Amino acid sequence: MPSTRPTPSEKRTVGERGAAVESSSRPKPAPHIRLRFDSAREQHVLLGPESVVVLNHTGADILALCDGHHTVAEIVATLRERYDRVADDEVRHFLGRLTAKRYVVMDDG
Amino acid sequence: MDSPFGLLAELTYRCPLSCPYCSNPLNLGDYHDELTTAQWQRVLAEAQELGVWQLHLSGGEPLLRRDLAELVACARELGLYTNLITSALGLSQRRAEQLRAAGLDHVQISIQSDEPALSDRIAGTPSFHSKIEAARIVKELGWTLTVNVVLHRRNIDRVAGVLDLAEELAADRVELANTQYYGWAWRNRDALLPSRAQLERAEAVVRAARERLKGRMEILYVLPDYYSRYPKPCMGGWGKRQLTVTPNGDVLPCPAAHALPLPRASVHEDPLARIWADSPLFRCFRGTDWMPEPCRSCERREIDFGGCRCQAFLLTGDAARTDPVCHLSPDHDIVAERVRAANEETKTGAGVLTPRPHHGRRLSPG
Ligand code: SF4
Ligand code: SF4
Repeated sequence: MPSTRPTPSEKRTVGERGAAVESSSRPKPAPHIRLRFDSAREQHVLLGPESVVVLNHTGADILALCDGHHTVAEIVATLRERYDRVADDEVRHFLGRLTAKRYVVMDDG
Repeated sequence: MDSPFGLLAELTYRCPLSCPYCSNPLNLGDYHDELTTAQWQRVLAEAQELGVWQLHLSGGEPLLRRDLAELVACARELGLYTNLITSALGLSQRRAEQLRAAGLDHVQISIQSDEPALSDRIAGTPSFHSKIEAARIVKELGWTLTVNVVLHRRNIDRVAGVLDLAEELAADRVELANTQYYGWAWRNRDALLPSRAQLERAEAVVRAARERLKGRMEILYVLPDYYSRYPKPCMGGWGKRQLTVTPNGDVLPCPAAHALPLPRASVHEDPLARIWADSPLFRCFRGTDWMPEPCRSCERREIDFGGCRCQAFLLTGDAARTDPVCHLSPDHDIVAERVRAANEETKTGAGVLTPRPHHGRRLSPG
């Protein structure tokens, strides 16, 4: 194989810099990204060729709603019903950071 | 002790290409006795149980294994993320469709240059046009396309062209990876190491392209080891994140570790979990206890883990020394000397490159 070796996966938190997110966009995982629940570790992870992102509870809930049908506004509303304190901004920032890393893509509509 | 995230499955060392920077071992002939399909399936199941999430299918050329789609399907059934690392020779429409149906998650295609003639020369075989065709098929079938280009003295001046080509192919990601010096790349290191001026030009091109292509194409740039102040955190730490299984069933903490004079571990003899937890091979450089000075008392010891054991061995003859790439290493002048030689005005960049053999025949009969 090329003498580059696959970049070792580090457990990452979602990065800092984010992209702008429109309320009407419909987010979904990028084609090469897979959401998986690891029952042994009891963790939701986003997997890509070089990335392993471990999600917290809210993160996993948001991702579960990223199916290319729900809009960002709908995702925020659904989470509000579930949790008391989910700020609109929090969801947006999270999705913005995932989008900047191309873990999530937006269907605009 | 952590569980590993990633398994690098080197399915075969056979390859239709003969890249002089190949990191496969020099003694390719010793790896003819490849694991069977059933043996690989057992290895995958054991890896999953051990906590592995990602499977990198590599080689050699993994497409030379007829059972590749079968192995992908097995991995998917186990819930593993599957990443194919390929030269793309042999990735026909039919083969690609099979892999797609088996659930392959991601394809990384290597090219050697944007110029067909140079690419074929480096690859040692006409291959450029098949690669371009395969890249098109990958996109058509709906995969994310990652193009990988290993950079070295002979092609690093082509970075702008390489990025244009990647754009033309609608690649989603490009990995520009400076050569790391293991296996055949180690043997060819003097002819492969670029000059500082070459690197600076290339890095300026990369920075500009990142800006221009933001949001469209992700550009990953793997730093040139020998020119760095600090070593790379090799494999995310020895026996910490990753493991490799070679075509004949040897288990290694890192694909280059075949070169080290350490006791072997093999899937023929032990289950992966036991090898990971208990084998002398995986334990010897795990954590920080093995470290010599200056690493032992260095505040970066949990960041880069003292660098790469294989590099320390290749450069100093002792795998337990600080990676000489580190400017704090007492052996750093070994690297500095190589770098100085690569930057001598008189150096034309000619130098002889030894291509790796395709099918791992022994170099001399007998
Ligand atoms: S010869 Fe080239 S394509 Fe084949 S395994 Fe080595 S680096 Fe990869
Ligand atoms: S001395 Fe060792 S731990 Fe410190 S930076 Fe260098 S290689 Fe890393």
